[in-house]
Amino acid sequence: MGIYSCIGKNLAEVRESLYKGVSGIVFDQERKDMGFRSGLTGMVDKPVLKGMLDRRMRIGLAEQGEYAYLSTLEALSNAGIDEDFLEKNEVGLLFGNDSSSLAVINAVDMLREKKDTTLLGSGSVFQSMNSTVTMNLATIFKLKGVNFTISGACASGSHSIGMGYFLIKHGLQEAIVCGGAQEINPYSMGSFDALGTFSVNEKEPKKASRPFDKNRDGLIPSGGSATVIIESYDHAVRRGAPILGEIIGYGFSSNGGHISQPNVDGPSRSIQMSLKDAGIAPGEVDYINAHATSTPVGDMYEARALDQVFGASRPLISSTKGMTGHECWMAGASEIVYSMLMMQNSFVAPNINFEAPDEDSARLNIAAETIEENIDVFLSNSFGFGGTNSSLIVKKIR
Amino acid sequence: MNRDEIINKVNAFLIEEFEVEEEQIVPEGILKDTLGLDSLDYVDLVVVIESNFGFKVKGEDFVSIVTLQDFYNYILDKVAEKELK
Repeated sequence: MGIYSCIGKNLAEVRESLYKGVSGIVFDQERKDMGFRSGLTGMVDKPVLKGMLDRRMRIGLAEQGEYAYLSTLEALSNAGIDEDFLEKNEVGLLFGNDSSSLAVINAVDMLREKKDTTLLGSGSVFQSMNSTVTMNLATIFKLKGVNFTISGACASGSHSIGMGYFLIKHGLQEAIVCGGAQEINPYSMGSFDALGTFSVNEKEPKKASRPFDKNRDGLIPSGGSATVIIESYDHAVRRGAPILGEIIGYGFSSNGGHISQPNVDGPSRSIQMSLKDAGIAPGEVDYINAHATSTPVGDMYEARALDQVFGASRPLISSTKGMTGHECWMAGASEIVYSMLMMQNSFVAPNINFEAPDEDSARLNIAAETIEENIDVFLSNSFGFGGTNSSLIVKKIR
Repeated sequence: MNRDEIINKVNAFLIEEFEVEEEQIVPEGILKDTLGLDSLDYVDLVVVIESNFGFKVKGEDFVSIVTLQDFYNYILDKVAEKELK
């Protein structure tokens, strides 16, 4: 695994932040000056890749590609996969990404100003496409397996792992680098801010993201990248890989309803499909990493869906978006990393800012503080615009 | 701009922007080989030349530019042409 997020630039930093309930949310004046309703955002530092990558490798990378390069570097290193291995074996690449706004805007602005495309430079097109992350990483790491980007809004990162799991399970590939990456620049978030769904609790940025809390007033955009390398069990054992966990179930669905408002049925079906795929009953799930983004309506529907499926067993639930904000295309993958860190270190990270429940979240067993707890099985949900739902179940390896 | 200024500018952007090793900067150096420039780098050279020297390179101009000396001469000629206008 590898991570580059607003709560840590690597797994060790993130583990500590999760345990301590640290928020990565800040107030960004630039957004207000641009005309945003909300100046809140998760914040990650711009990577400095000069010296790590040569110019040709760097020039096609968009902002989120730079994050993805770093999280993938960490993951490959931790997985014990080196250049020689990648040269001799077919390792695939499936990353979640659903925009590359800044590169497109820069190119269009330049074109309008200069009226000459030959002044756009050679990196622009490779930064601008939705598949920018996978096309660049496959080139940088010289990957030879499956290679494409999965766009499923805020479920992109989760679906990328689900699709990887599917390909491996059906014998089409033995090892795949999966993940999700998200740009945080304001240009990528302007039209999202236009919906009026971001929190405006600007006086206390670190208290603004409050999933399931009765006083929540909206989500906070965030970003970075997370990488999760998955392999068939035989392949992992054969090469002596350090096995961290096992994906035992993947479920998905579409709501068939409103483009931005979820319902109960869609998420519930996605969860139940993942449980069926895993061959387990709801009572066997120890912890749920909820999608809950801190929107009044979204969290409500999710709480109802979770209660519908898990009402009897009431497993521990938290949404790490209280700390990270909504990492959008990255979230589905990063939340697997966060949940894995919890499982490896036997704690449930807090759903920070959960101070009072509403009538729906009151029925759930939400961890408002860090809880020391063994986790053998966790479920991670991601739901996106257009009603796309993804659920992944992971089990501890003993 | 005089001759030396132009040559220094070219060397500077080759080293800084295109990350060419300083020891490779010799007049007889072949752009494609010793300086390791590929087809995409030529696209970027057009941008860098425009912003440093204020003129547009045509794709076909590169055909006759083989060595670094050819490149210096090309820029010197174009800058002189521009200053005459």
